[in-house]
Amino acid sequence: MRIPVAALIGLFFTTLFFLAAVFAPLIAPYGMAEIVGDVWEPPSDQFLLGTDSIGRDLLSRMIYGGQTTIFIATAATALSFITGSVLGFFAAVSGGWVDQLISRFVDLIMSIPSLIFALVVLSVMPTTITILIVLMGLLDSTRVYRLARAVAVDITVMDYVEAARLRGEKIGWIIFRETLPNALSPLVAEMGLRFIFAVLFVSTLSFLGLGVQPPQADWGGIVKENKEGINYGIAAALYPAYAIAVLCISINLVADWVLNRTTSLKGGRG
Amino acid sequence: MSETLLKVRGLKIGATIYPPDEKSRDIDIVHGIDFDLAPGKVLGLIGESGAGKSTIGLAAMAYGRGGVEITGGSVEVNDRDILQSGIRDVRHLRGAEVTYVSQSAAASFNPAKKILEQVTEAAILHGKFSRREAEERAVVLFGKLGLPDPENIGQRYPHQVSGGQLQRCMTALALCPEPDLVVFDEPTTALDVTTQIDVLAAIKEAIRDTGVSALYITHDLAVVAQVSDHIMVLRMGEMVEYGTVDQIINAPREDYTKALVSVRSVQHEEKQPTPHPVLRVEAVNARYKGTSFDVLKDINVELHLGQTLAVVGESGSGKSTLARVITGLLPPSAGKITFAGRELTPDLASRPLEDLRELQMIYQMADTAMNPRQTVGTIIGRPLEFYFGLKGAEKQKRIQELLDQIELGTGFQDRYPAELSGGQKQRVCIARALAAKPRLIICDEVTSALDPLVADGILKLLLSLQKSEDVAYLFITHDLATVRAISDSIAVMYQGAVVRYGPKSQVLSPPFDDYTDLLLSSVPEMRLGWLEEVIANRKMESAGN
Repeated sequence: MRIPVAALIGLFFTTLFFLAAVFAPLIAPYGMAEIVGDVWEPPSDQFLLGTDSIGRDLLSRMIYGGQTTIFIATAATALSFITGSVLGFFAAVSGGWVDQLISRFVDLIMSIPSLIFALVVLSVMPTTITILIVLMGLLDSTRVYRLARAVAVDITVMDYVEAARLRGEKIGWIIFRETLPNALSPLVAEMGLRFIFAVLFVSTLSFLGLGVQPPQADWGGIVKENKEGINYGIAAALYPAYAIAVLCISINLVADWVLNRTTSLKGGRG
Repeated sequence: MSETLLKVRGLKIGATIYPPDEKSRDIDIVHGIDFDLAPGKVLGLIGESGAGKSTIGLAAMAYGRGGVEITGGSVEVNDRDILQSGIRDVRHLRGAEVTYVSQSAAASFNPAKKILEQVTEAAILHGKFSRREAEERAVVLFGKLGLPDPENIGQRYPHQVSGGQLQRCMTALALCPEPDLVVFDEPTTALDVTTQIDVLAAIKEAIRDTGVSALYITHDLAVVAQVSDHIMVLRMGEMVEYGTVDQIINAPREDYTKALVSVRSVQHEEKQPTPHPVLRVEAVNARYKGTSFDVLKDINVELHLGQTLAVVGESGSGKSTLARVITGLLPPSAGKITFAGRELTPDLASRPLEDLRELQMIYQMADTAMNPRQTVGTIIGRPLEFYFGLKGAEKQKRIQELLDQIELGTGFQDRYPAELSGGQKQRVCIARALAAKPRLIICDEVTSALDPLVADGILKLLLSLQKSEDVAYLFITHDLATVRAISDSIAVMYQGAVVRYGPKSQVLSPPFDDYTDLLLSSVPEMRLGWLEEVIANRKMESAGN
């Protein structure tokens, strides 16, 4: 198996970001909220990326921020996938009014712009990480539901699903043993995209002040804290923006490769 | 004009294949074929799927399907090597000198344009005729091909005519530009027998009247015997035998040709009915949701243990619907079904496990009947686990027994369906049904998608399993040769009703009702002059007209 260069680059950065997130306390030179220097010190041997608006080490903030952002995005993506695909498969396999009920409810949620929905909820609920994850996970699960249902509807009309029904199989077997393995490739590819949206979404919320609350670091929050610096030629706000961009592009490259490999075109294996 | 219209020498064709989890590689699919075709003659190309028939046919237009490449040899049309010509010359050749009739007319016509526009397009584009001349010619051809109302049928859209009519329109399309050569690629394979014979007769007459040459590609020797002058038998990209129709049919030289000619070697003695039928269908009616007419009308049939009931009919006659009603996928709107002495509940969901186990089903397309992500072991093992709670070594042992029964042996357990041939796939489906130890297996066109020799093997297997397991078959098919080979009793279906029902010997002997007569007489026979004889003696028009 040869991995294309683009996918290798993607894999490299994705792995790098995830490792940094997991081992943040070991790698970060200073504590997350530790004030160690002056306001907006330029990069130096002591502070590789300089310091932020109140004199904390920016590199350490970035590493801990990456941990928060990636953790929230991963958890939200996992939640959205589990909810979305189980409901999608269930609707497709059940058909009839069950399908109608779930699908129309999902349409209803999707007709409200996600950001506005999230802002309304977060302005009345306490802003904790758990609530953020659940909210983002459920909002995103509507998109996953759409895809999972569409893929599963194609699969449930196959003879092998009919054969399983005739055998008397319960809905659990039909969903998890007959449908899921055949729906996996498009879902895996979609997972990459949904993860990126989750990263962007949580960063947006934090930038607006409704996401992760200080002193906890996260990339969107770091942009917000340092955005005034741009007026004085300080680049501190740009580093988290770069990080978000690089992570998104890397994951996209990996997702593209996975999709290419698993698609039935070009002789791949269905 | 020279003596040979088409001269093929040392034709080699290669393709790139992509085996799962391996590197792609190039293989040869046609290994050096030579043949000549004189003007006005018809050459039949015959062989199993994968023999290279269609590939050779398309090479006569200097064309290779996606991934297929002509790698060597020469193809001369009217003394020009078309493999060496530039794309501009080839463009003049295709659709003007050589034209093509494909298997599925429905998939080949543009649904958004009227038939006449499509039939005349090539002739006008190549400057052979003006629009008016081409349209006049098309109308003449429509008439010649026996299409109703030839003046106006061209104004219809493709979905507004029947499948058999559309196939004839496609023949008109191919003949309209006055080509020298027409490539017919299985033009009647997708049609019902009763429709096939009309299309076949029309094609034969049109070829004779226009004096065009043709390559006629099919897998059915009996069909090709009716239209060709010469026959070339192909197998795995090599020529097996070449000769006149008379010689191939009556005195084949090669073993493979002999096997093709004598196909359906299966013999089966009719058994007497037992006093207690395993399945009894009484006064069953059925309709699909949201429609206002019955697709099954007052069906009464019986099936006895260890015997076979063949349900025969054209597409749309309700054969498969009957299977859906018996399995509970479509609850009947009236009537009752008794199975092994118990009355079956109409709906699948309310049936006890015992009923589900004893009533199994085998599908036409083995490809889609098996989950591509499960191994053969999982596919066969699941019913064992599900119905009998078998686990571990015991289950493995039983799986191996079943694999032995379907003559596959060891080493197949860990394979995926994609790694099996068509016949092997259908055998695995049979094993899955057998694993449940059923009393009745519904076989829905189980041999229709297979090559004749492979289908023969499947029928033999089914018969020997019937003897050893004492299982009954409800055998749904449109192929009367299969019916003769395997059944004890027969139900002939037409437009949702059983028009003739009884023991095999009785159903297949005169006096016949009109429909059974039409059906029986439409099955191509492997002798010269059969087509003309049948057309002359018909009592009833086929449903496709």
